[in-house]
Amino acid sequence: MSEVKIIPLAQLPIRSWGKVHSLLAKDDSRRRLMDLGLVPGTRVEAIRRSPLGDPTAYSIRGATIALRKEEAQKVLVIPTER
Amino acid sequence: MILVKNPVIALAGNPNTGKSTIFNALTGLKQHTGNWPGKTVLKAEGKFNYKGTTYTLIDLPGTYSLLANSLDEQIARDFICFESPDVTIIVADATCLERNLNLVLQVMEITSNAIVCLNLIDEAKRKRLEVNVEGLSQELGIPVIATSARNGEGIPELLEILHDVVNGKIVPQPRQVVYSKYIEDYISKLQPQLDKRLYGRLNSRWVALRIMEGNPKIIEAIQQYLGHSIQLPTLKEVII
Repeated sequence: MSEVKIIPLAQLPIRSWGKVHSLLAKDDSRRRLMDLGLVPGTRVEAIRRSPLGDPTAYSIRGATIALRKEEAQKVLVIPTER
Repeated sequence: MILVKNPVIALAGNPNTGKSTIFNALTGLKQHTGNWPGKTVLKAEGKFNYKGTTYTLIDLPGTYSLLANSLDEQIARDFICFESPDVTIIVADATCLERNLNLVLQVMEITSNAIVCLNLIDEAKRKRLEVNVEGLSQELGIPVIATSARNGEGIPELLEILHDVVNGKIVPQPRQVVYSKYIEDYISKLQPQLDKRLYGRLNSRWVALRIMEGNPKIIEAIQQYLGHSIQLPTLKEVII
């Protein structure tokens, strides 16, 4: 059985997909990430990164949303095929 | 038929759903904007007449949620919870409906007098998205009206439904979100404690959920609204 790879969303390469596994964020920031649509099972695509490397734009449930690295570190995803 | 004098209607919705376009379509040229004392964010207020009734429409800031703590969310939440508008219209974007339903459910947990205005329906059609409006309404238990506010499409229907809900001709029956047994057990312990203290001023199920969530800022806002002579029960009181 192959092990499932889990990485922080911040490490998801541009133009690749992941499925939300869990959130490490607590309290307000956890609520905020969930309100943006990042609940376990949600598929996310990393679209592009700003020239300075932060923030990164993600496609989440039909909207493009920019997250700071700090926030994206707290979302764990399983890399997936398109 | 109950006739409500000067009903107050709140307009809620995610950012960029065309909320202000709906606001303008409903209020027409009678619109004026007003600043609330003590608030730095503008809440627009307008009036319009429909079938002999003067409605006041409050355009709330666009938010994804009512449960986090940005100023915009606080303003929207405080208005829907504590100012008890006669009806809350939730403007949802038909092109990405799913992500708008979070706010719809959150509003439905606070008030049953809610209507969904499914806006940007023309853009959804262009994207070849078809929404089963009737099915959505049945699933949610509240009226859903498809609109394209910039063309005025659906606005007459929205006004008619609004009128019917205000006058009690249509009584929305929002579907209750059912949580896990663990959470529901706590709710059923907290709710009778709350009913004794709230006297119907707030939805006790909603307050029970907020106590469980334990967000200090929301609890503080509830406490402030109720006044300090009323003590909210704590989770500890109901632990078995």
